[in-house]
Amino acid sequence: MNPVSAPTHHALTTEIPDYPMSRATGCPFDPPPELSELRAHAPVSRVRLWDGSTPWLVTGYADQRALLGDPRVSADVTRSGYPHQSAGLKARRAEASTFINQDDPEHARQRRMVTAAFSIKRVEAMRPAIQRIVEELIDELLAGPKPVDLVQAFALPVPSLVICELLGVPYQDHEFFQVRSRALIKSTATPEESVAAVRELIAYLDDLVGEKLAHPAEDLLSLVAEQVRAGALTRREAASMAQLLLVAGHETTANMIALGTLALIEHPDQLARVRESQDPKLIASAVEELLRYLNIVHSGRRRVALEDIEVGGVTVRAGEGLVLANDSGNRDPEVFAEPDRLDVGRNPRRHVAFGFGVHQCLGQPLARVELQVVYSTLYRRIPGLRLAADIEQIPFKHDGLVYGVYELPVTW
Amino acid sequence: MKVIIDQDKCVASGQCVLAAPEVFDQREEDGIVVLLAENPPQDAAESLREAAALCPALAIALEE
Repeated sequence: MNPVSAPTHHALTTEIPDYPMSRATGCPFDPPPELSELRAHAPVSRVRLWDGSTPWLVTGYADQRALLGDPRVSADVTRSGYPHQSAGLKARRAEASTFINQDDPEHARQRRMVTAAFSIKRVEAMRPAIQRIVEELIDELLAGPKPVDLVQAFALPVPSLVICELLGVPYQDHEFFQVRSRALIKSTATPEESVAAVRELIAYLDDLVGEKLAHPAEDLLSLVAEQVRAGALTRREAASMAQLLLVAGHETTANMIALGTLALIEHPDQLARVRESQDPKLIASAVEELLRYLNIVHSGRRRVALEDIEVGGVTVRAGEGLVLANDSGNRDPEVFAEPDRLDVGRNPRRHVAFGFGVHQCLGQPLARVELQVVYSTLYRRIPGLRLAADIEQIPFKHDGLVYGVYELPVTW
Repeated sequence: MKVIIDQDKCVASGQCVLAAPEVFDQREEDGIVVLLAENPPQDAAESLREAAALCPALAIALEE
C-alpha cells in the first residue's frame, strides 16, 4: 500500500476529477490508476465530463451490476441529465434512435425483432463458416509480405466478413462502412463529423433495406425489412437498427482481436497456454479473461436515474447521470483474485465487459465464437507471431470510445 | 431444486444456455428462454446458480 495515497478521500475533497482519466504510461492494458483508488475509497463519486456536467462515477463491481439491473435507471439518451460521452456522440444520437438507447417496453419490442439471429444454437451453426474465414485470411497472411498490419489484414476483416454475411451487407463496401464506423466511435470527432458519418451510414443501409424489401434473402436485414412491411418499424427505425448492428458487429470484435493478440504477445506464458491448448474449455476461458482484462468499452456505460437511489453510501437523485466504469468493475479485488494479473485459465464468466442488465450486449454469443475461433487458430498456425515494432510505438486508441490499437505491425 | 424463469424479463443473452445447457434452451423465433427441466437433478445445482448469477435480466429464480 502506498502510504501517500492511502488517506486520499476523493469524496471529501472539493476537487472533482475529470473523466475519462488517462492510463498510466507503460501500462496500456490497465485502466487509469485513479479508478482503483476511487473504487477503494469513494466507489460512487462525482466526476466532471467534457461539457462540465458532474454525474456520478460508479467504480465497484457490485454497485455496477445493481444499477445496470435496476429499472429505476434509464438508458434513454433524450432524458435531461444523461451523461453523453462526447459532443459528437450527443449530436449523432439525436440523428438515430435505436434500442440500445431506449427503455422498456420499446427497447424489448425492438430488440426481440433481432434476438433470434444471436441465439446460442444459431451462432454455433456459424462456427464452421467463421473458422473457414479465419483460415483463409491466415493463408493470405502467410502468403503475403511481412511485416504486416494485423488490424487491416486480419482483425478488421474477420468480424466484417462475418457481420456482412449475417446481415446481408455486401463485403465489397467494407471500406465505406469501416471508415464511417471509426468516425462514430472516436471521442474527438466533432458533432459535424459524427452526424455526417451516421447520415451516410443510415442512407446506405436505408437503400439496402429497400433492396431487401424488393428481394428478400436469407439474412438478418431481410428480417428487419419484413418488420417494415408489417408496419412494426418505420424505414428510418429499420435503417437505424441496421446501422447499429453493422457498427457494433465489427468494430468491437476487431479491437478484441488486435488488442487481445498484443496482450498475449506481451504475456508469453499466457500466449503459450493458448497456443498449445487443444481444450475448447481453456480457449473459452481465455476469451472471457481477455474480455475482462481488456474491457475495451472503456468510457463507461452511461445511464440516468429516474428516481432517488441509494448506492455506495450516497443518494443519487432523480435526473442525475451515472457513469458505470466497467473497466474498473472488472478489476475489483472483491470479485476477481489478483485482478490485475492476466490468467487465461481463470474463466471469469461474471465479468461485466458486455455490460449487465437488459442492455447487455446483443451480439455477445457471436463475439465469443469469433474470438474463440481466432484465438484457437491464429497463434497455432503462426507460432512465431511477434511484434514488428517496439510496444512504445504502437498507437493505442486512447481517444476511442472503444479501446484498441489503430495499427499492429507483426511479423513471424 | 426448482427453477422459475420469467420470459417477459428475458433479453435472450444466451448466458443460461452456456452455463446449463441441459436445463435451458432458447425459442427458435426470438431466442427467449425456455425451460427443459423444471426440477433438474441436484448435481446441476452449481451450473444453475451460475446461470442465475449470469442472467443480465435477472429472469432466473431458484428455489432450493
